[in-house]
Amino acid sequence: MKGFFERNGPLLGGYLVIAVGFWVLVLIILPQLAMLDISFRNNLPPALVGSEQDIYTLSNYEHFLKGNPGNPDRLALFGIETEVPFNRVDLAVFLKTLLAAVFVTLFDLILCYPLAYFLGQSAIGASGRVFALLLIIPYWVNEILRAFAFRIIFGDSGVINTVLVGLGLIDQPYDFIRENVALYAGLGYAYILLMIFPIYNAIESLDHNQIEAARDLGSPWWRIHWRVVIPFAKPGITSGCTMVFMLTAGALAAPQILGGPSSLWFTQIIYQWFNTGQNWARGSAYAVVLLITCIIFVLAMMRLFRVKIGEIAK
Amino acid sequence: MNEGVGVELENLWIRFGEFVAVRDANVDIRGGEFFSFLGPSGCGKTTILRAVSGFLNPSEGHVRIGGRDMAGIGANKRPTALIFQNLALFPLMKVWENIAFALEVKGVGAAERRKRADELLDLIALPGQGDKMVSELSGGQKQRVAIARALCAEPQVLLLDEPLSALDLKLRQHMRTELREIQQRVGITFIYITHDQGEALTMSDHVAVMKEGVIDQIADGRTIYDDPATAFVASFVGENNVFRGIVKSVDGNMAMVSTRRTGELNGRIASAAAGQLKPGDEAMMFIRPEALHMGSAETPVDRRITARIIHEEFEGQAYNVFLEGAEGKEIKMSLVNRGQSRLSGAGNEIAMMFDPDQAVVLPMGELAAE
Repeated sequence: MKGFFERNGPLLGGYLVIAVGFWVLVLIILPQLAMLDISFRNNLPPALVGSEQDIYTLSNYEHFLKGNPGNPDRLALFGIETEVPFNRVDLAVFLKTLLAAVFVTLFDLILCYPLAYFLGQSAIGASGRVFALLLIIPYWVNEILRAFAFRIIFGDSGVINTVLVGLGLIDQPYDFIRENVALYAGLGYAYILLMIFPIYNAIESLDHNQIEAARDLGSPWWRIHWRVVIPFAKPGITSGCTMVFMLTAGALAAPQILGGPSSLWFTQIIYQWFNTGQNWARGSAYAVVLLITCIIFVLAMMRLFRVKIGEIAK
Repeated sequence: MNEGVGVELENLWIRFGEFVAVRDANVDIRGGEFFSFLGPSGCGKTTILRAVSGFLNPSEGHVRIGGRDMAGIGANKRPTALIFQNLALFPLMKVWENIAFALEVKGVGAAERRKRADELLDLIALPGQGDKMVSELSGGQKQRVAIARALCAEPQVLLLDEPLSALDLKLRQHMRTELREIQQRVGITFIYITHDQGEALTMSDHVAVMKEGVIDQIADGRTIYDDPATAFVASFVGENNVFRGIVKSVDGNMAMVSTRRTGELNGRIASAAAGQLKPGDEAMMFIRPEALHMGSAETPVDRRITARIIHEEFEGQAYNVFLEGAEGKEIKMSLVNRGQSRLSGAGNEIAMMFDPDQAVVLPMGELAAE
């Protein structure tokens, strides 16, 4: 600590300590702790806060699993119905959200890996990098506006339907919104740069001679990727996948604007509890469940693919 | 092990846009020989290697390996293996996985691969190191792993792109001997790229000296050094004192050259220039520092050079003496260290002599850049 201040001087050193401390404590730890605290409390009108009714309870988490007291759904284990109530709606949405986030992540990965490889390794890619930077420009526009743009593109009278009908490929406009095509396209697009740039960074630092060496030793292209490029790019791939998965699972604007009438995203349920439901305690509990599940999922994936957390930070 | 097969380059041209990297190369490399391409950086030697390995398509001409035209055959289908300048070992694989990669590609089972890798580790004198990561090895060990990895593909031709350049001097000299030994043991054709004439001369059966995309001479090392074909070869391979002048008379393979500043000197016309020089032609005479000896007033003038000592340099195995001849002509003489005392020192004028057989006369030509 003494060395730190000697290196940076008291002014800069003090600033760094205060800024980082403020960031970690006030912007990350305290809000999360507050939410964690609320999630274990009853939803009370302001007058009753602090009264004997204001006690810690697991009821919000219980609700996530079991639903309302009158809920007729029962948990079935291996085909045998038990007496345990079961919150079919919320759990299904939760699972669907996670699966959809996995799907969007994989979709982005499959789309971005070849592109990142091309930009990072081929000679033509070198001149294409400027164009890759142009990919950023749409992101100067607000996320919600971009979601609306997708709604316009995929709408009944949108560009895609107009072209398809105009070409005579379909008679009626296809309802991309109802079928959730617009939603997945929007989500896939929303965080695609967070996938492409980490992978590009990793692949770009791979010595091209290694690819040529593998080829010279008789390797077909797919084995070069499997044995040389992908292992090398793994930290970048993990970092991209983690960010896209986390952000997709936590996305609100795109599902709100692009989701079909029957589709519900778990974040929308959280939003409902906070907003229309006026039940912050329950919303907090749901948010904590989503956060912790996502963290566990990501850590498990990292374990499975043998990536250390330090490698991602590179 | 495979029999080495011959490699033939016929009227090979390689262009990058306007730039001609290789100009009409014709080379016939015999099967099982150690062949080197020697030249300064940017002379096109690596380009030739890439054309042989299949990473580059010739603009014109043919590459034949074992008599078979390689046009349209990709790098992964050719009977060649390339050792890269930076080795390009796979850092995320263990040593044995690196070595056995070519077998993995062929779908050989893990046990068999491991066995073969261990055999190759014995060959390169690194037994029991298979489970290490590449980063745990020293420079010389990595070098040998790269060779083993290439040999594991059982190539008929091994291509080496300046693989020793990253090693320190002692190790480099050791690896020269080792490479030569491995080549003789496995018996396949080695094609070696280098800008280091020491490497080329010590290891090769034949050397091709290149300059700006053109092959100036193909010969064994002794011929390259003693009987260079062009002024460039004479000045690039080893050191040489150059005397420019006009041919005064020709007598068989000997010529009297009237040099600009050092008088009339007698020398031998290089084989490549036989019959080309006649009295009145511009010519260059090359005398190597070690071909100069201490002379005396009795030495005949056509094999004597007088000059003033500027300074001496002790190199260990030799004394290098830097002298200044008439009108500031710089001359270097190298005397083998036989325990003799040093010369009498700077400022003294001395007479040197040489054997006209060791003074090579060539037509005027471009010299290698210093």
